[in-house]
Amino acid sequence: MNSASPFQFRHTVGSHTFGFRDLKELMAKATPARSGDRLAGVAAESAEERVVAQMTLAEVPLQQFLQDLLVPYESDEITRLIIDEHDKTAFAPIAHLTVGGFRDWLLSDLATPAILTQIRAGVTPEMAAAVSKLMRNQDLILVAKKCEVTTAFRNTIGLPGHLSTRLQPNHPTDDLTGIAASILDGLLYANGDAVIGINPATDNVAQTCRLLHMMSDVIEHYQIPTQSCVLTHVTNTIEAIDQGAPVDLVFQSIGGTQATNDSFGFNLATLAEAQAAALSLQRGSVGNNVMYFETGQGSALSANAHHGVDQQTCEARAYAVARKFSPLLVNTVVGFIGPEYLYDGKEITRAGLEDHFCGKLLGLPMGCDVCYTNHADADQNDMDNLLTLLGVAGCTFVMGIPGSDDIMLNYQTTSFHDALYARRVLGLKPAPEFGLWLQQMEIFRNSDRFVLNQQVPDAFNQPLQRLLGA
Amino acid sequence: MTDDAVTANPWLRLRSFTDARIGLGRAGISIPTQPLLQFQLAHAKARDAVHTPLNVDSLLPLLQSLQPGRQVLQLHSQASDRALYLQRPDYGRLLDESSADRLNDSRVTKKPELAIVIADGLSALAIEENVVPFLRRLLPLLTDGDDPWQLAPLCVVEQGRVAVGDHVGELLQADCVLMLIGERPGLSSPDSTGLYLTWKPRRGLTDASRNCISNIRPAGLSYSDACRRTLYLLNEARRLKLSGVQLKDRSDDHSTAVAAEQRNFLVSD
Repeated sequence: MNSASPFQFRHTVGSHTFGFRDLKELMAKATPARSGDRLAGVAAESAEERVVAQMTLAEVPLQQFLQDLLVPYESDEITRLIIDEHDKTAFAPIAHLTVGGFRDWLLSDLATPAILTQIRAGVTPEMAAAVSKLMRNQDLILVAKKCEVTTAFRNTIGLPGHLSTRLQPNHPTDDLTGIAASILDGLLYANGDAVIGINPATDNVAQTCRLLHMMSDVIEHYQIPTQSCVLTHVTNTIEAIDQGAPVDLVFQSIGGTQATNDSFGFNLATLAEAQAAALSLQRGSVGNNVMYFETGQGSALSANAHHGVDQQTCEARAYAVARKFSPLLVNTVVGFIGPEYLYDGKEITRAGLEDHFCGKLLGLPMGCDVCYTNHADADQNDMDNLLTLLGVAGCTFVMGIPGSDDIMLNYQTTSFHDALYARRVLGLKPAPEFGLWLQQMEIFRNSDRFVLNQQVPDAFNQPLQRLLGA
Repeated sequence: MTDDAVTANPWLRLRSFTDARIGLGRAGISIPTQPLLQFQLAHAKARDAVHTPLNVDSLLPLLQSLQPGRQVLQLHSQASDRALYLQRPDYGRLLDESSADRLNDSRVTKKPELAIVIADGLSALAIEENVVPFLRRLLPLLTDGDDPWQLAPLCVVEQGRVAVGDHVGELLQADCVLMLIGERPGLSSPDSTGLYLTWKPRRGLTDASRNCISNIRPAGLSYSDACRRTLYLLNEARRLKLSGVQLKDRSDDHSTAVAAEQRNFLVSD
């Protein structure tokens, strides 16, 4: 090294001075431990270095994140989106704060739900990620709970005191009878107000259209105040709309760098085109949020597109993409990616709370696929814990699947029963329009106490008898 | 006899149409004890499949018996143990030094056309259950056909990821590598085997350069169907001299029409 210091940041503890080359390295080393950052070689090398990085980060002014860019402006359209659309008026009330001061302010009674809504457009993903690195789990829960985000399509999602569920009736061969059986199971367990959303096993336009028609028929026949989605590539959905398919929501997996999204085969212009196409169908009845995005820590590293930025900051940057398109739902699929990114139940839990907090702070209708794979060191108890914590934090929606077992994607997520557990222990209601429908269809015998009907409601008994005989 | 604490779901009979865990019934709004324990057993089996080491000592003689007189090479990736394997996929994609040396030593003057590599992946159970019966069907089809394949010695890699097959193929200077690997176990499929094909294998290739046949196991894709699709891909790869996204698997084209027959019973017709 030449005479200039290689370190942009220095911090002395006792006789030891720690140095951090730049803001990117400081952010990465301040991140609570996880396997993905170790895999990328950006994690702190000791527990002490991590805390010193957090102390150093606490002194960084929020203003600095508007100049000191972690991913280059010239080569990344998401950085350009973040900087070009930054709202200085909204930022004004917090412009004087450091990252540490921002934590205190968020926790304080100054940060009311109304004020948090006002400053939203002034917070960048990097600011949200930075402050989250200083926060304990209870801080992430407390502040997220103060962030109110409501969206609508055929029902109203995200009202305080409410929790919605995506009914996920996946089948390994997209068998329509099998899918219909899982939809029936979910509806009779009062799930499906966020969306009925299928991950197709065969991912092409013809299959997408077939599944869209199937779900649309069910929603119309039973007059369900909900929406459907086939989780196929955005370009397939655009083509399905062109072919006249009944598309409610456009899906896409998104990441926090342009190179990640390149690897997913889309860019911001593709999403804009898809949003316009879905809006042109005018299928919403109480609102026009037509996008459904999924994210997850580790996707940028997995695509070798992380620019040396830690995985949680990359994740928060994906939320800049999401909020550009006013989604109905954003889902962090937290435990799906595997133990090389989030090793165990503790890391999955932390990541789920971080993602939910950052998403909500940035103004997104944030839900969480509380999930794990069989090669991660996690189990149902870890999922119970995270589900409960997210329920307390005001999470917008979770998944619902028969018996926690996704037989198509081969992972475990929350079950229809799990959602009812969260409703009962935390008093969380489904979307109001859907709640009314559950009552009218006699699926709930008592909506206030979330008591299910002992009998199969008439409307559903008929098709069952048709299929199975009396 | 009825149990008042548990409400059964009459649509449990729909289980004949799907493996999904529907109609479990409920105790209050919770999962009843029986389906809870069935789930825990399935998860325990999947966990064991991930963490039980491949029993190489019993596998090698079985593989040897498939090709009497030919050697089977025992290799290891750079991931020294399972914990490291799970956290460092990059280590699992490369052979360790002594394995690479052994392959270099075993190289013969005539380059093989095809190297078949077997790795534990995420389920040693899958390998122990499926590889020998699958290869017993496949090998004669490869060597006894009109245009037989020149095979390299069978290779077994411990703590291997998919890409380690490309490293093996590169060192053996094979035209093509066929990788058999234990897939990430699902709750109802702890024994699922995956097959990956790479033309001109070498280090650093991504999935875009490979073709995959998934879910090979008695309750999934049968051995005979897997053999048919493997032969199709191998012959196409040899004809076109490529693999991956440019090599489309059209071996199933005739069977897609069947899917359109199923009905959405929720909506009367």
